[in-house]
Amino acid sequence: MASPTLPREDERAEAAALPGCAIEFENVSIAFDDKVVLSDISFKLAHGETKALFGVAGSGKSTLLKLAMGLIPPDSGRITVLGEDVTAMSENQLFELRRRVGIVFQESALFDSMKVYENVAFRLIEEKVSAEEIERRVREVLRFVELENTYDMFPSELSGGMRRRVAIARAIVTEPQVLLYDSPTGGLDPVTSNTIVELIMKQRDVYKTSALMVTHRLQDAFTMATHQFDKAKNQMIALPKGQLSEVPMSFLILRDSKVIFDGDAHQLANSRDEYIREYIS
Amino acid sequence: MALELQLISPVEVAKDFALAVQEYTLLAGQSLTNFFRRPLYMGDMLQQADLIGVGSLPIVILTGLSVGALLALNSASTLQRFGGITLIGQLVSLGMVTELGPLITGLMVAGRNASGMASELGSMIVTEQIDAMRALGTDPTKKLVTPRVGATAFMLFFLTIIADLLGLIGGWGVAHLLFGLDTQQYWTSVWQILVFRDVFTGLIKPILFGFIIATVGCYYGISTRGGTQGVGRSTTQAVVASSVLILLVDFFVTKLIFAVFGYR
Repeated sequence: MASPTLPREDERAEAAALPGCAIEFENVSIAFDDKVVLSDISFKLAHGETKALFGVAGSGKSTLLKLAMGLIPPDSGRITVLGEDVTAMSENQLFELRRRVGIVFQESALFDSMKVYENVAFRLIEEKVSAEEIERRVREVLRFVELENTYDMFPSELSGGMRRRVAIARAIVTEPQVLLYDSPTGGLDPVTSNTIVELIMKQRDVYKTSALMVTHRLQDAFTMATHQFDKAKNQMIALPKGQLSEVPMSFLILRDSKVIFDGDAHQLANSRDEYIREYIS
Repeated sequence: MALELQLISPVEVAKDFALAVQEYTLLAGQSLTNFFRRPLYMGDMLQQADLIGVGSLPIVILTGLSVGALLALNSASTLQRFGGITLIGQLVSLGMVTELGPLITGLMVAGRNASGMASELGSMIVTEQIDAMRALGTDPTKKLVTPRVGATAFMLFFLTIIADLLGLIGGWGVAHLLFGLDTQQYWTSVWQILVFRDVFTGLIKPILFGFIIATVGCYYGISTRGGTQGVGRSTTQAVVASSVLILLVDFFVTKLIFAVFGYR
């Protein structure tokens, strides 16, 4: 596996150490027709932190990510992303903010009429980056996700896991300050899921990018909490028992449209809430 | 399991219709204002022009030729009865240039392209590609709608001219080969009957029809809900709505032009 060579590592590590929050939800509620999906949701994602978001199907996890991205407006409450109030911004202002945030959709959402190269380069082309620079950066991120050989392929020619990795490459190509992952391992086999988790961990530990990760798989989040990416070996390694990753990793659980848990792995493991115990068992 | 028949309130239907009109108007307005805002996706516009214009050429050639020939064939027997077969060129010319050329071309392109746009954008909606585009900081109305509107209006203008010309050729074929009308006589009457108002009417309509086709197709595509079934529904609705709107607008534009320029 080739070593990652994405630039501006120090700058991004500095950004991760910034005070304040990458994302903050304050009393956010949203309903579709008569169905309340999220009610009075409040939480913070610190700079450099990774937060895993759990909940049963239909609990509003994906909606929460779309709210953070400003793709849908909340009925009430306030959402701040990188210090900017998403709920008070126009669509045009949001386009600017979204350039600093990356998202990986549940089903990858790759543009099926474009090749892998064009998908990954989409934002760079929009920003009128020079052709040489685009090619260099696209090849670099495709190498990062170990898919450089798919450069000229269409998404339909890739497997589900490969599509997910291309989606990750597309999300990180502009080196965003925040990454949102919507069930990045959903529907994938355990081996491919592990590859994706390792990639997310690599992004977290090498570039210290703040991330909000929706997942159904508790083991993925625990792997992330108990492992870290070793740059020298270019693979993830298990931390000694009882030691947690240097990068803050927390868990947020949604139930019946409310947050019922927000804390780290230790707090989660020691929770006495019956539902949570059942959930993690 | 017993099937329950749910009655829909007329108030709800009226509200939904008003909302749809409002959303369509906003999208149509936005697609126009985007022409004055950067970036202007010229590459996408050219690609759409190729898909819409060049792609629709065979169907426009065929329909233009057939409509002109049929117009001549149907009117020739009546004209012959009154000894007015020499007027056939005038009739085909006026009919094709002011009315049938733009209308038939508009309807054909609506059937072919409004459905294509609705299904393409509808599929992008259900696979979250439009959300992904917004998430990547790109305005889908600028990137997807405006190029289609510009390309359709621009290409329909030229497709209509081609359909008009082929309609006249079709009419000549029937008049000359079946009714023995002199070629020179036919083309002279075709040319002489047309005045500025006729040509203006015939060339303003395709621009409006092109705008209708693209905005309606894109509107139904972007407002697709309900997975692949929803895509199918949007496609059908786009063709029906754009065709009906074309017919309505055709009537009112003709009436307006008569009001402005006066009757012949």
